[in-house]
Amino acid sequence: MTAEPSTAQHLFDGVPFEPGAAKNDPILVADGVRRAFGGLVAVDVDHLEVQRGAITALIGPNGAGKTTFFNLLTNFDEPDTGSRLFEGNDLAGVSAYKVANLGMVRTFQLTKSLSKMTVIDNMCLGGTGQTGESFFKALFPFLWRRQEAEITERADALLERFKLSHMRDEFAGTLSGGQRKLLEMARALMVKPNMVMLDEPMAGVNPALKQSLLDHVKGLRDEGMTVLFVEHDMDMVQEISDWVVVMAEGRIIAEGPPESIASNQAVIDAYLGAHHDSALDLEAD
Amino acid sequence: MDWGAIIQNSFRGFIGEPFIYFSLAAMGLNMHYGYTGLLNFGQAVFMAAGAYGLSMAVVTLGLNFWWGLLLGIVVFPLLLALIMGVPTLRLRADYLAIVTIAASEMFRIIARSPSLDRWTGSSDGLTAFANTFYDFNPFDKQKRYFFGLFIGNQMWVVLIGWIVLSIVVLIVWMTMRSPWGRVLRAIREDEDAARSLGKNAYWFKMQSLMIGGMFGALGGMFRAIGTQSAQPQNFITDVTFFAWVALILGGAAKVGGPIAGAAILYGILNFTDVFLRQLVENGYVPESVMDGTQVGQVRFMLIGLGLILLAIYRPQGIFGTKEEMALDDR
Repeated sequence: MTAEPSTAQHLFDGVPFEPGAAKNDPILVADGVRRAFGGLVAVDVDHLEVQRGAITALIGPNGAGKTTFFNLLTNFDEPDTGSRLFEGNDLAGVSAYKVANLGMVRTFQLTKSLSKMTVIDNMCLGGTGQTGESFFKALFPFLWRRQEAEITERADALLERFKLSHMRDEFAGTLSGGQRKLLEMARALMVKPNMVMLDEPMAGVNPALKQSLLDHVKGLRDEGMTVLFVEHDMDMVQEISDWVVVMAEGRIIAEGPPESIASNQAVIDAYLGAHHDSALDLEAD
Repeated sequence: MDWGAIIQNSFRGFIGEPFIYFSLAAMGLNMHYGYTGLLNFGQAVFMAAGAYGLSMAVVTLGLNFWWGLLLGIVVFPLLLALIMGVPTLRLRADYLAIVTIAASEMFRIIARSPSLDRWTGSSDGLTAFANTFYDFNPFDKQKRYFFGLFIGNQMWVVLIGWIVLSIVVLIVWMTMRSPWGRVLRAIREDEDAARSLGKNAYWFKMQSLMIGGMFGALGGMFRAIGTQSAQPQNFITDVTFFAWVALILGGAAKVGGPIAGAAILYGILNFTDVFLRQLVENGYVPESVMDGTQVGQVRFMLIGLGLILLAIYRPQGIFGTKEEMALDDR
């Protein structure tokens, strides 16, 4: 007996398979977001809604503007024009750290494990609203000791779940690439986010660890979190995403469930080049 | 050879006044660089802020000593940290380095300008502003204390210095074990990661700059109190780099590192000074190699040589751990 494949595709009932489609319950809405670097327009997205409680994949060929768009959504970069609403909060002019406190936390393509801090310190850092993070209160441990114990307990539970407990007191710099990805994901969960943004969670992870990472991402959704991830690995996209958004040349060219994407003509054109299956017409140029 | 004088002088360097103010300055740098990753190449300006804060309050403004302490330890360093930090802390680390080194030179040059004589005493500086401090001196001015190392007034400065230094060590030790210190270390490792976890990296860096600057100001103030004078020449860039040497020697990001570094640095400086001088005087070293007036330069050459050896064989400093250094290369 195989378990019922976990999915949240029912959340997309009635949503048309087209770019900019309105979702039933969007957690994140981007509208008219545009970012240019000099003359190069890296991102020019008319409209995107991200469904709450689902795993959405953001894919596209190299240079499609995925990571730039990702930075714009998490406020690590400011768009030239356009608005982003997260749970109804306008993100314009909001610092990146405040976005995290609103409940949207991100990871990075190049893993940012804090090398010279222990794994447990990496985890505890993620706790929000820590009393002991004020300089004056830091001098009086009795003010924050209890909260610190709670945070450490939560961190230990997450390390257990991500199978990193044995590395608890080692420097994060001694972890392997895959373990760092796990640590970064676990650390993001310390923020207690509603939405987790993963920038290429599979990059540089060996196949053995991939499956467990996939299960962890599914686990986030099962706990009610919304996941948006950028990925190149099509196997991962097919296996775990409920909805796929395809970008090319800074624009969103297709949206839909994973099955519909593989056969989408615009997507094939974007990945393989336009007109690859129609006869070349040299006269036209 | 007068071994008694050699030992006495070395020991004096180990625990005396320069040790105290360079320890304090290096503790501040440790907060900046060791824990937060801020490159401050102008610690001398924070030291000057402490010295001039006190002396200008008393001499120029005619306030009492206690207002001088407030101005020198709190107000001046905080203002400086804001002026230097607001424009640069949002940018890469190198910008702060440039601004701090420029600010420390600007302060020194402005302070010694003759047109400001009325305010800063120009190149002569300000004097006789710490009488209140010495009024509380319980030691007899004529007697020598602590194995005959310090006369009464010096003993008072050194004693208060040790107490202040202990308090600073305690503050650093406590805060670095707290969640506040954890955020600083996270910023040192990767600012964006800290930001992505909801930490206001800019504000934490500003706090670090302020607090490390206040430690530096304490150091500068001790230097001023010890000699009862605040002069621009006391805060040249060399002063900043002596503090850096103390920090690197002892080991960055270790609570005791700067203290050990400063103690060893001044212990060795004093030892070589007296030792070489005695060698010359007793004819062990011929005049053709070195005479008494060259001792000052030669001892810095030896310190330089020592630092080169340290960089090769123990780059993590005396208290640092090799494992942590190795993580940098990954």
